[in-house]
Amino acid sequence: MGMTITEKILADHAGKTDVHPGELVDCRLDMLMGNDITAPIAIREFEKVGATEVFDPDRLAIVLSHFVPAKDIKSAEQCKIARDFAKRHRLKYFFDEGRGGIEHILLPQEGLALPGDIVLGADSHSCTYGGLGCFATGVGSTDLAAAMILGSTWFKVPESMKFHFYGTPRNPWLSAKDLILYAIGQIGVDGATYRAMEFTGEAVRRLSVDQRLTLCNMAVEAGGKNGIVAPDEVTVEYVKPRAKRPWKLFQSDPDARYHSVHEWDVAKLDLQVACPYSPDNVRPLPEVAGIDVDQVFIGSCTNARMDDLRIAARIMRGKKVAPYLRCIVIPATHEVFKQAMKEGLIEVFSDAGCAISESTCGPCLGGYNGVLGPEEVCVSTSNRNFPGRMGHPKAKVYLASPAVAAATAIRGKLAMPEEVAP
Amino acid sequence: MNLTGKAWKFGDNVDTDQIIPARYLVTADPAELGKHCLEDADPEFVKKVRVGDVLVGERNFGCGSSREHAPIAIKAAGVSAVVAKSFARIFYRNSINLGLPLFETPDASRIEQDDVLELNPATGAIKNLTRNETYRATPLPPFAQEIMAAGGLMRYVAKKKGLAGRPS
Repeated sequence: MGMTITEKILADHAGKTDVHPGELVDCRLDMLMGNDITAPIAIREFEKVGATEVFDPDRLAIVLSHFVPAKDIKSAEQCKIARDFAKRHRLKYFFDEGRGGIEHILLPQEGLALPGDIVLGADSHSCTYGGLGCFATGVGSTDLAAAMILGSTWFKVPESMKFHFYGTPRNPWLSAKDLILYAIGQIGVDGATYRAMEFTGEAVRRLSVDQRLTLCNMAVEAGGKNGIVAPDEVTVEYVKPRAKRPWKLFQSDPDARYHSVHEWDVAKLDLQVACPYSPDNVRPLPEVAGIDVDQVFIGSCTNARMDDLRIAARIMRGKKVAPYLRCIVIPATHEVFKQAMKEGLIEVFSDAGCAISESTCGPCLGGYNGVLGPEEVCVSTSNRNFPGRMGHPKAKVYLASPAVAAATAIRGKLAMPEEVAP
Repeated sequence: MNLTGKAWKFGDNVDTDQIIPARYLVTADPAELGKHCLEDADPEFVKKVRVGDVLVGERNFGCGSSREHAPIAIKAAGVSAVVAKSFARIFYRNSINLGLPLFETPDASRIEQDDVLELNPATGAIKNLTRNETYRATPLPPFAQEIMAAGGLMRYVAKKKGLAGRPS
């Protein structure tokens, strides 16, 4: 019987010819990742058991991303624990502020997450890397600590769900964000719990790597263990100039078994918005357009890559952010920031009256740099809108694509891109 | 060994941002995290919860961020176990790794606030002493039971690798 791409990657890393859903396997890991929130606990656990060496220091990336540049003394202490550890263990892939960025955009950019890999990240959005055709999943700090010692970890082979997007979009602003919000709205925030979400179809094939990463980024919002897009020439073209190691291409067999298959025609899809207070409270944009908005946030591991900033800038060029609304733009990595500057996008945002900052996860999780007050309404390109996610528990967050966020910033109300950019 | 405690009832999709809001993630100190456990869902919870009490949720308990600060905060608040209809994957894994017993059962919705529960982590049996009912949770996979029996993942790894340290 055939296997899915997820099953094939797990089998390959477990030294087996085949695996089946439900089976427990011990897998070799290609890359580990921790950030300034999760690495300090992993380091504490690592040191507490008396471990002295990381199994392979070139396979552990530590990325300071959440509360950097340090927002207060306590976060500076967390960063220091991570930085000192990186220094002590001579980690090649340690990324400090100004040289790194948000880990889920940084690792693909730096060629550290590659097709066919297993990447274990101590952050739930580690599933993002699946956009490159690897198995990537989020874990907690203790799993990371154990993996830093062993270089392997156990997985229960997940059942796979297939999400097949076909057709040609009617709405020119339809993006990967709309596809994943639609899918989550259809299956719910626990619709893929413990399972792999495999995205297929011509509408997925047409997506750039940036967009495929967005698609897989929110697999965890449906409870998914991983999201994955099988690699193709688009993937290879992206990976070739960046890869720090050899990689391997896997594809699902035609007779692979799926838990379920969803097939959707993108021609029938409107732009999508997830309303408070859950990522599965998804509505077509025309149904909710027009509500008043206080803040727009264009950033996060979901939507702050070059593709996203180009779309936002196209809409905002020559226009001004609406009165009494503020718009925060945070490029995902320092490289993205530099490229956006070269292309004149930073100037577009700046002229429009946006606040722009060095990369950080900050506002997405209500950390700093854009925290919401009571009753405030935010349209955000990020991934979660649970109560309190971006600040006060009574603040309301609408999740949308960069095109919708940019249009909203100009109109001052939740807006359709065609309202401001014909 | 049985655990006995009073039930604290929550609903569907209790996410890790509610269990421990990100504004407190500037520290990894269990005592500090425990003080803010579930603060945004129920500001009175931490003041009223007693050592040994049990959290009871419905579907998808622990969804959202991978922050281990969530099970750490729950343990530090004095909670002895969590019962729910289903758990989010990363929370489930983190709890096993930290030795926080989880009970997954469709009968979680039969449990009401303040019911007194007696739980057996080894068998998955749940006795509702208030309602005189018995429920059965899906037992942990054997591999996870080994980790729990060792006292958490790091003790398990330390044993496997012959390391001498003392994990918590």
